[in-house]
Amino acid sequence: MSSAATPDSDRRTDSLTLVEAVQDALYTEMTADENVVVLGEDVGENGGVFRATEALYEEFGGDRVVDTPLAESGIVGTAIGLALSGMRPVAEIQFMGFAYPAFDQIVSHASRLRSRSHGKYSAPIVIRAPYGGGIRAPEHHSESKEAFFVHEPGLKVVCPSTPADAKGLLIASVRDPDPVVFLEPKLLYRAFREDVPTGSYEVPLADAAIRREGEDISVYTWGAMTRPTLIAAENVAEEYGVEAEVVDLRTLSPLDVETIVDSFRKTGRAAVVHEAPKTAGLGAEIATTIQERAVCYQKAPIKRIAGFDTPMPLHALEDYYLPQAVRIQDGILETVDF
Amino acid sequence: MSTQNEADPHVSSESTQRDEPIRILDDDGNLLPNAEAPSLSDEQLVSMYEDLVLARQFDQRAISLQRQGRIATYAPMTGQEGSQVATSYALEEQDWLFPTYREHAAKYVHGMSLPSLLKPLCGLRDGYAIPDDVNVLPEYIPIATQVPQAMGMAWGHHLQDRADTAVLCHFGDGATSEGDFHEGLNFAGVFDVPAVFVCNNNQWAISVPRDQQTASDTIAQKAAAYGIEGVRVDGLDPLAVYEVTRCALSKAKNPTDDERRPTLIESVQYRYGAHTTADDPSVYREEDEAEAWRQKDPVDRLRNFLYGEGVLDETLEDEIDDRVDSQISEAISTVEAAEADPAHIFEHVYEELPDRLREQRDELNALREKYGEEAFSEVLE
Repeated sequence: MSSAATPDSDRRTDSLTLVEAVQDALYTEMTADENVVVLGEDVGENGGVFRATEALYEEFGGDRVVDTPLAESGIVGTAIGLALSGMRPVAEIQFMGFAYPAFDQIVSHASRLRSRSHGKYSAPIVIRAPYGGGIRAPEHHSESKEAFFVHEPGLKVVCPSTPADAKGLLIASVRDPDPVVFLEPKLLYRAFREDVPTGSYEVPLADAAIRREGEDISVYTWGAMTRPTLIAAENVAEEYGVEAEVVDLRTLSPLDVETIVDSFRKTGRAAVVHEAPKTAGLGAEIATTIQERAVCYQKAPIKRIAGFDTPMPLHALEDYYLPQAVRIQDGILETVDF
Repeated sequence: MSTQNEADPHVSSESTQRDEPIRILDDDGNLLPNAEAPSLSDEQLVSMYEDLVLARQFDQRAISLQRQGRIATYAPMTGQEGSQVATSYALEEQDWLFPTYREHAAKYVHGMSLPSLLKPLCGLRDGYAIPDDVNVLPEYIPIATQVPQAMGMAWGHHLQDRADTAVLCHFGDGATSEGDFHEGLNFAGVFDVPAVFVCNNNQWAISVPRDQQTASDTIAQKAAAYGIEGVRVDGLDPLAVYEVTRCALSKAKNPTDDERRPTLIESVQYRYGAHTTADDPSVYREEDEAEAWRQKDPVDRLRNFLYGEGVLDETLEDEIDDRVDSQISEAISTVEAAEADPAHIFEHVYEELPDRLREQRDELNALREKYGEEAFSEVLE
């Protein structure tokens, strides 16, 4: 595990929201490397539907901040081709629920160009997509399907939960030699501000972060679910004296197995919290990883607190679908009391 | 090449009618009235012929190897090799080629070795290990996915001011029904990239005929929807294909003020044989359908043309046949002697091997050590 390192020469910070940190990362990398280009729908003058690319068009011009025709497969396919020509494209998919037309390009090509060309070519692209529920968005705008991409060898999958991580992880993703699916929790885009280093820095695409230390249970989560998980952890500490360790995975593929397992060896209990459907979700992978490596430490069944195996409901019911603090709290207590 | 061929002195006036494919040679390989042969030297023309002969022999040998169980499923190209060879002759060394699984000859002409063409057919991935100085992508097997990628690479070259470099992207008639064909060509028009899109319209997408693929009269006409130029060429006339492709590549790199860079070339041809060695065309089409096309065979036409020009005779023809035969035999021996290395499974998945993959590799190696290589084929056999 490591944390964002600020160069000694530049300890200045800005107070940024997560979406501003995304913009800051893009600005920083585009300034540092002229091969970095941003492409997608409405990313230019409009600055992206969530303003993640705000002001980039004015700063870097239409050749580097490109409004494409409305076609996700075309966007990702084009990004692969740009990467083949030596550029570093950052493609924006407007919402994760609209990534599916590009699925073939991502899983049949971006992910395996390196292996099928026996190492000659690669696709160092970043595919950014806002994901997840909780903002009362229309149908198809609230999906959380990270498992589709985690399942695909050759891809990296990243999901920040804080502004400082968003910047450092996105910079690391742009510089990474492999294709990265970068999932942005839109519920947290403007949820809070924090100090973000002004300069350039990377958060490695390998390390989970311990958000809260505890001895009684390890709770694994990422992205938007870190917030209700931390609230739940405080509640059970205050009301029941149960100390939960909250592990924010940050990078979903490859998983930081060491941090996951070390935490479990300490607590002997685990819960995984994700908003994606439970069945074959990433929680299953984490639970199995723990079983494979630390079963002798296990004191209770591993609890999965997840979205239900249903389509994401329309927003009037999304609060019941998304794991809220109350469900997480209940799952923690059930596991600790086993 | 502003419209069809009005401005091009090299092609026959008979093809100026809008939807008729451009031709330079008649069905027998004679220069058509008012057509001019492309400015290729005698050596280049003979070399093009030799590559055509090689392509045809390669095809027959590959089919035979598949029948004997020595290679896996193979996609034959007989009837289409003239177009493949000619399009690649039009490329300059720095230009990029995006081939499909059928473009064996196009890849060979643009620098891939014969063993590398055969290796994937033997399940050996290092056949896709393209040499550093060869600008070819590994063959595309999903349909039409290469179209937006070729567009993206062409755009990248353009943005980086590599004015001497164009991209040529192959696909079939079936691919024109895919979304990626539309997305790629639409992007290409919008961003005006130096790319040439070659539709090898061989009339059949496995068992589905061209007229069930699209209600458009021609595939070339689809270019109009993207604001780019569309051209039809006789895909069994290697000289016409060469000339049309050369003009399109030249325009991609140096358009005039009123030209857009991309071109959609519809190379009208016919797949004499099966889609792959896994299907039987007699199930879905009349056997004699091929006959009319065989009358215009690209190898025969180029041979006759070269005889007429006095640059090919029986002695040279025999010499070429023998040389090609031994080249192919040698390639087959090389490939059949090659062995698959299980380490390749884990190599190049990521730039750096992640811990989890390292563990899985070690797990496989431990099992190989424990049970021996033989044990791994028992279940499947």
